[in-house]
This record gives sequence, structure tokens and C-alpha cells, in this order.
Amino acid sequence: MSSVSQNFMKFFRGSSGPEVTPAQSSQKLTRRSSGLAELSRSWESAEGLCILDLGSTSPTNIRHFTERGHKIYSEDLLTASTDPDLLTKDEQGNTVLDSRKFLTDNLVYPAAQFDVIFCWNLPDYLDESLVKPVVGRLWSVLKPGGMLLAFFHTRDAGPDSPCHRFHIIGGDVLEMQKIELRRESRRGPTGAVHTAVSDGFQLQRVFNNRHIENLFRDFASIKFFLARDSIREVLVVR
Amino acid sequence: MSTAPSGLAQIGKSVVIKGELSGSEDLYVDGQVDGSIALKGNSLTVGPNGQVKASVDAKGVVVQGKLDGNIQASDRVELRKSAVVNGDISTQRISIEEGAFLKGKVDIHRTDTK
Repeated sequence: MSSVSQNFMKFFRGSSGPEVTPAQSSQKLTRRSSGLAELSRSWESAEGLCILDLGSTSPTNIRHFTERGHKIYSEDLLTASTDPDLLTKDEQGNTVLDSRKFLTDNLVYPAAQFDVIFCWNLPDYLDESLVKPVVGRLWSVLKPGGMLLAFFHTRDAGPDSPCHRFHIIGGDVLEMQKIELRRESRRGPTGAVHTAVSDGFQLQRVFNNRHIENLFRDFASIKFFLARDSIREVLVVR
Repeated sequence: MSTAPSGLAQIGKSVVIKGELSGSEDLYVDGQVDGSIALKGNSLTVGPNGQVKASVDAKGVVVQGKLDGNIQASDRVELRKSAVVNGDISTQRISIEEGAFLKGKVDIHRTDTK
């Protein structure tokens, strides 16, 4: 897939431990989220939930949940998918990502660990080869009855479809922060610091309802919320 | 190990330490430490050049550089904007600046204060 090589032209990491400057972003929008509203009822009424946030590290989200006595795990899968060590060739010689290695290094949790998983817009931006394996792993680490929230674009706005970070600022309100600039640097053999800059992640595909149902077919139930901003919110229950 | 002007014990950025590190004073690490760090009752600061691969047990922990390992802080953890932390954090209070990277759990344990 061409996007793989494109992403890796932009992102790189040294094996000796990268110095990462996480996304610099500015534009912030707020949006009401029906999926979040339904989900938030569970953490307002429960104690000690175990929550997994798969977006960029969000101090707002960490504060939101720890103030309520919940445990939150943060894991930025999209950034993790840019690890050059994941690059491999398929049978046709195409460059793809090694999903097995990806799941060896990421999403390593005991089965049925989490009550809630925030997938955000991860499936829209994650490389094709990783989407199904990742959803399979999410099923296994989610508790039976646990819920997962994901967002999908309803139409392709082309390369301008911005990738956002999501911050929970209310029971049904999200702050969306556009990821505009990502800068990563590493030390070369001479000790010099090399820096790569990219303009963010690109939308990989647009899922329709059937694709989404297929993606989450192992889950017990799926609920769609269509929003005005061409985002389809999906709340699935294991 | 040298002492910083502020009186803080300091591990400079060219220093590499492997093994168990323990003490009863505040410590500033701008070099590389592999192993474990125990500073019960005192604070650890990982400077912007610091690369720590260790479990950390301290009163307070401030991270500006890279830390791979679990953090157990009896009081407070601060992740500055340049922090890259891979590990679980257990503390009473936490502050995370916008831009910090965390892969791991945040568990806040409250202690009743009267």
C-alpha cells in the first residue's frame, strides 16, 4: 500500500530510542457526541473503571478519568504504527506492515481488562493491514459488556480530512484538536540530530455501514449515531 | 556524579549507570540509567537529555526526557511537554503538559488528609 511508504517517508524512529516531539496542534473545535453521552453514563455511575484511550496522550482525558477515580491507560496506536521496524514485504513483494509484530509490541494486556475503550478515529487512519488485527485484539481486551467508541468519516474529503485528537471536556462534549504538525528526531551515527516533519496522518479509507458491521461482527451489539459533521459515531458492546 | 549548583545531586548527560540506584536526597538525571531508582522521601528529575530505563520509586518524579519503566510516586508526578514515558504511573497527584507522550496506565491513589 502506497500510504505505508508515504507515512514512512515522513516518520522515522531510531532504534536507539527516539526523541519524540508529539504532535503540535492548534485549531480546537468542540462537538457534541451522542456516543460519548451514552458512554459517559457508565463512568458516572460506576467506580474504578479501567479505561483505554487509543488516541494521542491527552492530559484532559487523563484528568477527566482520574478525578473520577478510574484507571486510564494511554496508548497512541497511530504513532506506534509508524515504527519502521514494522515494515515488511508480502507475497507479492509489496511493502506492508507486520501486524503480528505490531500486536507483539502494542495492545499487550490481559484478556477482558477494560470496561471502556476509546478508539476515536483510529480505524480511518490506521494502515489497512492493521485494522482487523487491531479490532480483534480490542475485542479480546474488552470485558464482556464493555463498550468501545469509534468515529468514522461518512465521506472522503480527500487529503484535507484532518486527523484529530479528542479531549473529553464534558459528559457529551469533545474538544477536537487538529494534528497539524508532527516532528520527530533521532540521533544519527555521528550523534547529529536528524528531524523529520510531516503534516499529519492521512485518511486511509471511508467505511460504509456494512464495512463497520463486518469490522465489529464479533461484538454483541453495535449502535450508530450520525452527526452533522459527516462523522458516524459507533458504540459497540462486547 | 557531580553536584548541581542548587545542591541537587546530578547525573550529567555523558554519564551511564547500570544497576540499582538509591539515595536519600533529590536527584537530577540528565544521563542514562538502566536498572532501578529508589529515592523514598525524595524527588527524581529526569532532565531533557535523560534516558532512564528503570523502575522508579520516589516521593516526586519530574520527567522532561525519556523514561521506560514504572513510576511509583508517593506524592506527585509531572510530565513536562518533552517527556516520553513508557510505563505505568501510580501516584497521588499528576500533572501532564500538553505534548507529553505516555504509553501506560495512570492510577491515582488518594490518601485522606485531615
